[in-house]
Amino acid sequence: MNNVRIITANTAAAIAAALCRVQVIAAYPITPQTPVTEELAEMVEKGELKAEYLTVESEHSAMASVIAASQVGARVFTATSANGLLYMHEMLHWAAGSRVPVVMACVNRGVGAPWTILNDQQDSISQRDTGWIQLYCRNSQEVLDTLVQAFRIAERSLLPVMVCYDGFVLSHASTPVEIPSQEEVDRLLPPYSTAMGISEGDFMNLNPLILSEPRQDSEGHLKPGYMDLRYRLQEDLLAAMETIQATDREFESIVGRGWGGLIWEYRMDDAEHALVSMGSLASESTLAADEMRKQGLRTGVVGVRAYRPFPSEALARALSGVATATVFEKDVSYGYSGALATDLKATLFDKGLRPRFHSYVAGLGGRDVRPEQLVQAAMEIITGTPGRGWIDVHG
Amino acid sequence: MATKAVRELPREEFIMPGTRSCAACGLMLTYRHALKALNHKKTIVAVPASCMTVLHGVYPITPVKVICINNPFAATGASASGLVAGLRAVGKEDYTVVAFAGDGGTYDIGIQALSGAFERGTNFIYVCYDNEGYMNTGTQRSSASPTGAITSTTPILAKLQQKKDMIGIVEAHGIPYVATASPAFPLDLYDKFRAAKDITGSRYIEVHAPCPPGWGFPNKDLIKMGKLAVETGIHVLFEIRDGNFKLTSRSLALAEKGRKKTVADYVKGQTRFKKISGEQIRALQEWTDRRWEEFLVRHEKRR
Repeated sequence: MNNVRIITANTAAAIAAALCRVQVIAAYPITPQTPVTEELAEMVEKGELKAEYLTVESEHSAMASVIAASQVGARVFTATSANGLLYMHEMLHWAAGSRVPVVMACVNRGVGAPWTILNDQQDSISQRDTGWIQLYCRNSQEVLDTLVQAFRIAERSLLPVMVCYDGFVLSHASTPVEIPSQEEVDRLLPPYSTAMGISEGDFMNLNPLILSEPRQDSEGHLKPGYMDLRYRLQEDLLAAMETIQATDREFESIVGRGWGGLIWEYRMDDAEHALVSMGSLASESTLAADEMRKQGLRTGVVGVRAYRPFPSEALARALSGVATATVFEKDVSYGYSGALATDLKATLFDKGLRPRFHSYVAGLGGRDVRPEQLVQAAMEIITGTPGRGWIDVHG
Repeated sequence: MATKAVRELPREEFIMPGTRSCAACGLMLTYRHALKALNHKKTIVAVPASCMTVLHGVYPITPVKVICINNPFAATGASASGLVAGLRAVGKEDYTVVAFAGDGGTYDIGIQALSGAFERGTNFIYVCYDNEGYMNTGTQRSSASPTGAITSTTPILAKLQQKKDMIGIVEAHGIPYVATASPAFPLDLYDKFRAAKDITGSRYIEVHAPCPPGWGFPNKDLIKMGKLAVETGIHVLFEIRDGNFKLTSRSLALAEKGRKKTVADYVKGQTRFKKISGEQIRALQEWTDRRWEEFLVRHEKRR
């Protein structure tokens, strides 16, 4: 029997990074991420974790330094939230373009201005087009397990992975979490990464100036242009869907827990109404589904675990039989609608599916979201009287 | 031991013909001698957006025999910190990490990451090749541009402010080695890279890199312009080891015997100064003289 501890998601994230034998950690403090990096600093200073710990002066520098450390062959980790993540934005593009297996915990928090330290997912959603894999977790156990999986996924696909979990709702709430053994983690993730690295006399020029068109090297071989490399990034990101699922299956075979790969479903077998969401809000949606079932409405939940790459096939399959689909999300693509709703609508169109569809923005900046509010919103769709798409909003 | 003659420099070249740098590029000449001083097989060069990016060629061809890792403009100090930490983590501590950034990437956008790296005592050499402007994007003003210089963002009035005291800022970090150099004095430059290579901790070398298209002088005058900068005291050659200041090379000779040339001699050969006023020349001369006197005092106090 594995070790069960009552810990926060932040502690779970720090334990996961240590179990993955990370070699370089760089971070700058920001609430609600701070305890992750504090706990790792303590492990390193106590000698429990053999790693280089860089106390950098900014998030831009945190990401820059872990990218560089990864390029010379080290397994790296960082964590951030909100404006810190936004400050990394340039470096997030740089990480994906460099094809480095960087893993980062993103402890979701609303973005200023005005300042808030509380939770929503606007920070990571604002980074969706940077070329990172984004995985969203529903509880602290999933945070720990997903971070372990993330290193394997990153090193297999040579893509950076962001593991997102809700600030305070998960980051500061203590729940029982089972800690896998070092031996189990080592089985999934070989202790030393061979994903990147340098060798003596092998002169490379990484990330140089590049033209759009393919170009011959000194030996006459045609090498890709900028656009070809970007196409490769897109293709590999889409192909990572298979890697994400395979890694989850492998994790399950070793540790005995799986998280659904790309999406997870709750009471969807006979569902006529689907609630779709990400992170802890998806978890909370299961309470709304239970309530609606009590009222005789066959309702289930589809939780999106992988937001990028976007699991179109899996979502279309899960939603192929429903009459209504209601999306709840803690973000908005300003000037249009919620980002998840936009992406999901596009997927349904592509697959020829036309459930009654509506989306709701909820819980921005830590505003409490109650299951009965979710039920009420879903009922608006079912009864054909959709509201303005924002739950519990004033002004 | 000082290198006394050019023939004592290593013969091997690490920069092949066909670089994309401009003709008579002060950076190119700097880099050539710097790489001779470093062990190129165990060196990793970190390069931000700059003329150095261009020098290193367009993918998939590079004319330089060294491991080069390009990084974004603001990130050089942090990228170098990551390289040093990563190399330690994977047991390759025998590599030397050398960052090569321009004055824009050092004095301006890169100063945060640079200061952070120095404060942590990162074990690397940071080189600022100062061509006194954003030359790679077409000669815009930087905080290293001298007063009275026309740039494409100070096109009419010319630059009104004095150059930022970057050496003072760097020195305030208390790092073990700070030096200045010039491609016009290659032996001195070579010796300083050799010295820096053997010191542990953060090292800073600032090279005054004349830029013919940006400054407006004929290609053939590269060395002449570099020498003039030193002979006027606009750029002073020195090194500071553990706080101990010492003039070197031509600057040392000037201090011991001889006279500085005037700022007016320096500015007249460069079209960027064609609008400099008499008052600005006087201000530049005063700035130069004051610094020179301060350096002389420090040199005489050396242990």
